Amino acid sequence: MNKVFISGNHAFGEAAIRAGCSCYFGYPITPQNELGEYMAEHMRAAGGVFIQSESETAAINMVIGAAATGARAMTSSSSPGISLKQEGISFLAGFELPAVIVNVMRGGPGLGNIAPSQGDYFQATRGGGHGDYRTPVFAPASVQEIADLTYHAFDIADRYRTPVMMLSDGMMGQMKEPVVFPEKIKELPKKEWALKGRGDGPSRYMCSLILDVMEMERHNWKLVRKYAEIEKDEVRYEPYLIDDAEIIVIAYGTTARIAKGAIKRVRKDGVRAGMLRPITLWPFPKKALAELSARVKQFVVFEMSTGQMLEDVQIALAGKADIMFHGRPGGVVPTPIEFSRIIYREYQKVTKKDK
Amino acid sequence: MKLKNTWPKYYKRDVVTHYCPGCGHGIVHRIVAEVLEELDLGGRAICVNPAGCAVLAYLYFDFDVIESAHGRGTAIATGVKRSRPDLFVFTYQGDGDLSAIGTAETIHSANRGENIAVIFINNAVYGMTGGQMAPTTLIDMKTTTTPAGRDPKYDGYPLHITEVVAQFPGVVYAERVAIDSPTGIRKTKKAIAAAFQTQVDGLGYSIIEVLSPCPTNWKQSPVDSFKWVSEVMTTEFPLGVLTDKRSRKG
Ligand SMILES: Cc1ncc(C[n+]2csc(CCOP(=O)(O)OP(=O)(O)O)c2C)c(N)n1
Ligand code: SF4
Ligand SMILES: [Mg+2]
Repeated sequence: MNKVFISGNHAFGEAAIRAGCSCYFGYPITPQNELGEYMAEHMRAAGGVFIQSESETAAINMVIGAAATGARAMTSSSSPGISLKQEGISFLAGFELPAVIVNVMRGGPGLGNIAPSQGDYFQATRGGGHGDYRTPVFAPASVQEIADLTYHAFDIADRYRTPVMMLSDGMMGQMKEPVVFPEKIKELPKKEWALKGRGDGPSRYMCSLILDVMEMERHNWKLVRKYAEIEKDEVRYEPYLIDDAEIIVIAYGTTARIAKGAIKRVRKDGVRAGMLRPITLWPFPKKALAELSARVKQFVVFEMSTGQMLEDVQIALAGKADIMFHGRPGGVVPTPIEFSRIIYREYQKVTKKDK
Repeated sequence: MKLKNTWPKYYKRDVVTHYCPGCGHGIVHRIVAEVLEELDLGGRAICVNPAGCAVLAYLYFDFDVIESAHGRGTAIATGVKRSRPDLFVFTYQGDGDLSAIGTAETIHSANRGENIAVIFINNAVYGMTGGQMAPTTLIDMKTTTTPAGRDPKYDGYPLHITEVVAQFPGVVYAERVAIDSPTGIRKTKKAIAAAFQTQVDGLGYSIIEVLSPCPTNWKQSPVDSFKWVSEVMTTEFPLGVLTDKRSRKG
């Protein structure tokens, strides 16, 4: 396979088409416009459907319609638009319909700005819309990973019949890197449940309305069993120099890339720092963190937010290690030097304790 | 002449209706089932049902149905139809669903000229939530949120959304009919058949607005509410074909 030099936003689109996505619906918003533009050209050329919808709300509901027929469907947006999609994502969860939703995050709240941010972590990992549900969330940290994880996301969506969120940011979306794309999918999974007209068989309906509370409760627990399976089998993370580490950074996406630079820098001075980079934000690599806390007592959480993933780290470490948080919200992109200073400072605490 | 009582093929048997006595929804449901049978569309039909009293339409419709979030019906129908153009796709929506919360979806699906049919039940109130004002509530009409009657200076005027979309080049057929009499019911059936045929012929978007009684929230007897449709509602919402571009070339 050839390497191509491509932006993150374009890579989302190309990977989706290769994964057999045949329907894309979206509404323009910076910093993810290149994704919709890519689809306008390439999705239609590939024989699929591209619609520039009247709103993000309409786009997610078009996704629902296409997904109900069994098509692989996708929408993308950035933070304010993702808020508008939440009602539809809740319906996807209730209907148990697969779909992939890309969020190229920007600074907030409100209109905020168009700079990279990680302020939508809570929204993404806690369901986001109303009702008792979860969505698997993938956080790529390179354009190659955007391609691989987007391709994978369609499989996860179909396998578990669930909406899946790709959580990225303006930095990931805009930057270009060499990528090797997965081969175009040959055969899509069969979907017996899809609506295709009753033909001569019995009629079917897809609804999320369940007025009988006992039945609704059963539906909720059924979803929970599915989520438990996802938590058991689909956790992904990347360990980076953790074997001898005495201080461990937890960061995802763009922040993890910057942290890698910082760790390389401090390692040159003998600082034994490492990183555990969550690739799935839900399910969160809780177990891996808990295991590390038996040996490592100092953790540093870096986020481009005021501290959202931090809470998952706190839950996972359950008081067994110290956590220092450093966040840059609002669209500020931190630097490796900035992170390395923090790591030096926190590392001193560890070495002092040892003495 | 012998009266025939036939059961439409695409209408479920042995179900007890949840609709109030005299409600228009049940009548329009039956018409839809009859037309689908007559045009032989039931096997490949997908109905998008609304949030509203007709949210339970799938209890009666014996063809495939997908529910929509309040107002989003035509966006879902767009997704279904674009993904599977061979399916027959229509929405069934109330006045709150279609012309308040779903206005943007209504306008833009119509303006795109989606090849779908829309059945729009105008009963001048929010039936399901207990009779609040709808965009279509008549001037001076009392509802639970216009207890002194709808004051246009305060609450705005009745919205004529079918007239709005009828102007769009993408809207091929638009008609307003009424469930107020046997004649009205026959005309409604004819209009729905015309709309459905429009999609079958691949011509584009059609919308049939049905003035439909809600005796419960109008606080009238079924008989009086049918009369109110003919005598009062039609003065605000005149019946007839609002656009017919079926013979247009290209
Ligand atoms: C987002 C959202 N807002 C509000 C509601 C509550 N709701 C359900 S149906 C309805 C109005 C229904 O009125 P209409 O569309 O006229 O249908 P009818 O019941 O009169 O047939 C409302 C406000 C909802 N289900 N979802
Ligand atoms: S409330 Fe009105 S619209 Fe709803 S079922 Fe009763 S009569 Fe019909
Ligand atoms: Mg109504």
